[in-house]
Amino acid sequence: MTERTPGFSTLAIHAGAQPDPTTGARATPIYQTTSFVFDDVDHAASLFGLQAFGNIYTRIGNPTCAVLEERVAALEGGTAGLAVASGHAAQVLVMHALMTPGDEFVASKKLYGGSINQFNHSFKNFGWNVVWADPDDIGSFERAITPKTKAIFIESIANPGGVITDIEAIGNIARRAGVPLIVDNTLATPYLCRPIEHGADVVIHSLTKFLGGHGNSIGGMIVDAGTFNWSREGRYPMLSEPRPEYQGIVLHETFGNFAFAIACRVLGLRDLGPALSPFNAFLILTGIETLSLRMQKHCDNAKAVAEWLAANKHVAWVSYPGLAGDRYHNLARKYCPKGAGAVFTFGLKGGYEAGVKLVSNVKLFSHLANIGDTRSLIIHPASTTHRQLSDAQKVQAGAGPDVVRLSIGIEDKDDIIADLEQALAA
Amino acid sequence: MNHDTYPDTFIRNILNTVKTIAMVGISPKENRPSFFAFKYLLERGYRMIPVNPGQAGKEILGQKVYASLKDIPEPVDMVDIFRASQHVMPVVDEAIALPRKPQVIWMQLGVRDDAAAAKAEAAGIKVVMNRCPKIEYGRLSSEISWIGVNSRTLSSKRAPLLGKGVQRMSLNRQTMSGGATDATDRAERVRDEQEK
Repeated sequence: MTERTPGFSTLAIHAGAQPDPTTGARATPIYQTTSFVFDDVDHAASLFGLQAFGNIYTRIGNPTCAVLEERVAALEGGTAGLAVASGHAAQVLVMHALMTPGDEFVASKKLYGGSINQFNHSFKNFGWNVVWADPDDIGSFERAITPKTKAIFIESIANPGGVITDIEAIGNIARRAGVPLIVDNTLATPYLCRPIEHGADVVIHSLTKFLGGHGNSIGGMIVDAGTFNWSREGRYPMLSEPRPEYQGIVLHETFGNFAFAIACRVLGLRDLGPALSPFNAFLILTGIETLSLRMQKHCDNAKAVAEWLAANKHVAWVSYPGLAGDRYHNLARKYCPKGAGAVFTFGLKGGYEAGVKLVSNVKLFSHLANIGDTRSLIIHPASTTHRQLSDAQKVQAGAGPDVVRLSIGIEDKDDIIADLEQALAA
Repeated sequence: MNHDTYPDTFIRNILNTVKTIAMVGISPKENRPSFFAFKYLLERGYRMIPVNPGQAGKEILGQKVYASLKDIPEPVDMVDIFRASQHVMPVVDEAIALPRKPQVIWMQLGVRDDAAAAKAEAAGIKVVMNRCPKIEYGRLSSEISWIGVNSRTLSSKRAPLLGKGVQRMSLNRQTMSGGATDATDRAERVRDEQEK
């Protein structure tokens, strides 16, 4: 008898979440505790020495967070996950496991602005040097590789401009260079795109966005694909060299194809400390149970809104890869055939003043800086998130004076369109 | 049998049936993976017998070490081989020649010898290759889920607890297979390509 492989929606509900072994609770309990008792001193020693699976302290692991970790790892087709306090924390822990001072990583310059800031400024304080490449010129990634390069970092669907990155082409460059490909899959979620199937070695998420999906919890996730050989050239000593803080064990040798997730946990999370609250893990888990339904509705609504905007007399352009004729449409059909996500930008013929007027006049859309909520969200970057930049810098960042970013929610699409219609006409 | 993937039922049946396991190539050093696996299986109630000619006569975790399989004075149900692939065949030959053949020969993560496997199977012995019994026990009992690992199992049934402590779970349970991952295969493919 062959064993069935469950479908995506089944995994979104069940993966990692079995009835609680002690109480029988069917929903995942919130283990709101800092610490866990040991059976005896030998059990404690085994746990601290990484010789046994189990719980010690919620900064290092927690049963509620562990359900979330296994859930997202299963949805991505990875070997293991690590839940952390935010998407930014996930990026810090991933790079902490890979980089030593003076090392470089190549990153797509079409990224979430917060990531660009983190890489340009905070990471440089650690001596982790970002080298920018252009996803519209795949060769620029290859040209950016040096002997110091330790990783390549991209977003599957880039925030905010509706850019779809050619994961497979960049994955091939990473493989030739002998470095892991890290993909931020926040905007796509594994429902739309599973980067591991296209060559990613590590997938990260801001769980805050569509995975949690309800705008109520900040969280991040690291998924280990289990595909990278960390010991081949000795370039990743955190994984391939004996660890003095763990009696000299070698993480890759000991944990095999989930060693990267373990390294991020027992070195990064333990020592840097950005643990996820079990309560947030519970809320995010509840969100993930409806991921398939929500993402499809987000995408269907976004496509309808993008089509309506493209035909509106106040609108100069719409950048949504789900539209036929969009420059990323073919990549969207390859990587996200079920839909091109729900975050995109468009330009107003009336420029800066029209943008300010639009965000002031909406009644259903919420004017705020998040994305990936059940609610439809709007922001005019030039007057808010990118206000401090010069006009030239704004244009280069995709935040010119005419640009409006939308994150389309799962309300009735006619109501979403009606709100934009009245706000544009007002 | 196909040795690229094993049904969960096959692995669960082995780990639920065998009682005595001889571990060939165990290290006495407590930071080595073989020591970890030995200790973990010992704690879950298996009778564990260390085999390492360099340590013969000494004890590892209170268990007497033997130089070879044929020196063990009792029958063993499973031989777990913690040696590099090129050293597997002589161990398999020795296992087949035992007065009471083991039911299972298990080769550790990264260890694979298809010719040795075929020989063992022809002698009526079940073979598992390139897997770790500790990881498989952890996966099928869901203990490994505590550290965020994808157990690739689903169940709507409560996992039974073993007698001692709250952080010990039993393998005696029903699960269905969970999400697939071809990660290990891809890692091997990539490695093969790079070595060419």
